[in-house]
Amino acid sequence: MSATLLQSDDVTRALTRIAHEILEGNKGSSNLVLLGIPTRGVHLARRIAGILERIDGDTQIPVGSLDVTMYRDDLMSNPMRESALTQVPVDIDGKTVVLVDDVLYSGRTVRAALDALTDVGRPAIVRLAVLVDRGHRELPIRADYVGKNVPSARGERVNVRLSEIDGDDVVSVTSGGDA
Amino acid sequence: MRHLLSTHDLDRDNAISILDIAEDMASFGHRDVKKLPALRGKAVVNLFYEDSTRTRTSFEAAEKRLSADVINFSAKGSSVSKGESLKDTAQTLDAMGIDAVVIRHGSSGAPHLLAHSGWIDVPVINAGDGTHEHPTQALLDAFTMRKKIYGEDSRGKDLSGVRVCIVGDILHSRVARSNIWLLSTLGASVDIVAPITLLPHSIGAWPVRVWHSLDDALASGCDVVMMLRIQAERMTHAYFPNAREYGRFWGLTAQRYRRLNSETIIMHPGPMNRGLEISSEAADSPQSLILEQVSNGVFVRMSVLYSLLTGAKGQLA
Repeated sequence: MSATLLQSDDVTRALTRIAHEILEGNKGSSNLVLLGIPTRGVHLARRIAGILERIDGDTQIPVGSLDVTMYRDDLMSNPMRESALTQVPVDIDGKTVVLVDDVLYSGRTVRAALDALTDVGRPAIVRLAVLVDRGHRELPIRADYVGKNVPSARGERVNVRLSEIDGDDVVSVTSGGDA
Repeated sequence: MRHLLSTHDLDRDNAISILDIAEDMASFGHRDVKKLPALRGKAVVNLFYEDSTRTRTSFEAAEKRLSADVINFSAKGSSVSKGESLKDTAQTLDAMGIDAVVIRHGSSGAPHLLAHSGWIDVPVINAGDGTHEHPTQALLDAFTMRKKIYGEDSRGKDLSGVRVCIVGDILHSRVARSNIWLLSTLGASVDIVAPITLLPHSIGAWPVRVWHSLDDALASGCDVVMMLRIQAERMTHAYFPNAREYGRFWGLTAQRYRRLNSETIIMHPGPMNRGLEISSEAADSPQSLILEQVSNGVFVRMSVLYSLLTGAKGQLA
């Protein structure tokens, strides 16, 4: 069974609100760098940067991707994972880096991202933006900007579809066998 | 994929997955902190029964960049020179608790024996065995070609439509064998250019076209010219009259280099015999990717180590 949580318009509204909150928290768009966590986080980061640029006029927000595969703590307990590209377009030292991902769950991906970030540079501030926070954290990590909080059971699956990859924007939850 | 013993048993998906992960590894190659924590706590043995500088150094660099612990074991000055067998060496290393073996051996099939004998139960990577195979060299060659042709858009691509001419001592070349299988799997066509004395008897069974004149082959239009090293250590019979004659007929001389199309890629697995199989003019030209091959070797070996050493045992992605 699958229930839709966010339609295309809801996704756009959520990202627009996140963009405004980023501007408010950062007091403008200066010094901002958006780094998406592949694959869907990168597309979300690009969209948020696009919205920021529309709101704030002529500033260009640097957007990159930060692959965390090599930093994961479950490399030896899951099947081999394909990695993805890391591309950081600017020097992040002293900047405000906003990490962007689609779903925040255990927090382990973000833990790996913080380690990966340390090897890239030393930002002044690191923030976290996610489209969906589904709870069940296993580490002391929280998001600064959340598109939608989705209370979920562990057995459920939260699926994020984005038009860049999947053809349409939908966030849905599927109940697992034991849920 | 449990071991990497030969490119013959590498299918297209596995090969492209290794090349794609190598692309990601390359994206870390330019930053200040090059080390990645993926293989933290894993011990990798480089078991080298044959002299090698670049391959061993390249593997060592790859292992260290992935944070593995590196144990170098070379036959010279070791228990092997006291007569220890491969079996005893393997079991000794296994008893020390290792997680992978990179092996170079003068005998064809030694890595296969190590992988399937039951003496050890860890992934085995062939770093060159006799005149059989050198799979990581072929993978780094394919990676280098793909990157030159497709640049940033390399991911997921194969080498369909690319014509590779491999020139020189095919008979003794494990680099040629590994390249022929891998390039064919990736959709490239392979031409072999060699004197008849340096071709194996089984050449008719290989998926290649054979030329006995380098000038004819080059005139027919190769996208990639891969020059092989004349291996002095394996020249135990009269395969050709003398080095000067070999260079004149089979070498990429300055004259031949100047006749090449300016798009033709020049490669060599190294170490080069300058003035014998390749002239300095060709080796140092902008068309030469010989140094890129060396840099890419580290990324491709990182990818192979990552692919074989991560993942739960028995689960294949």
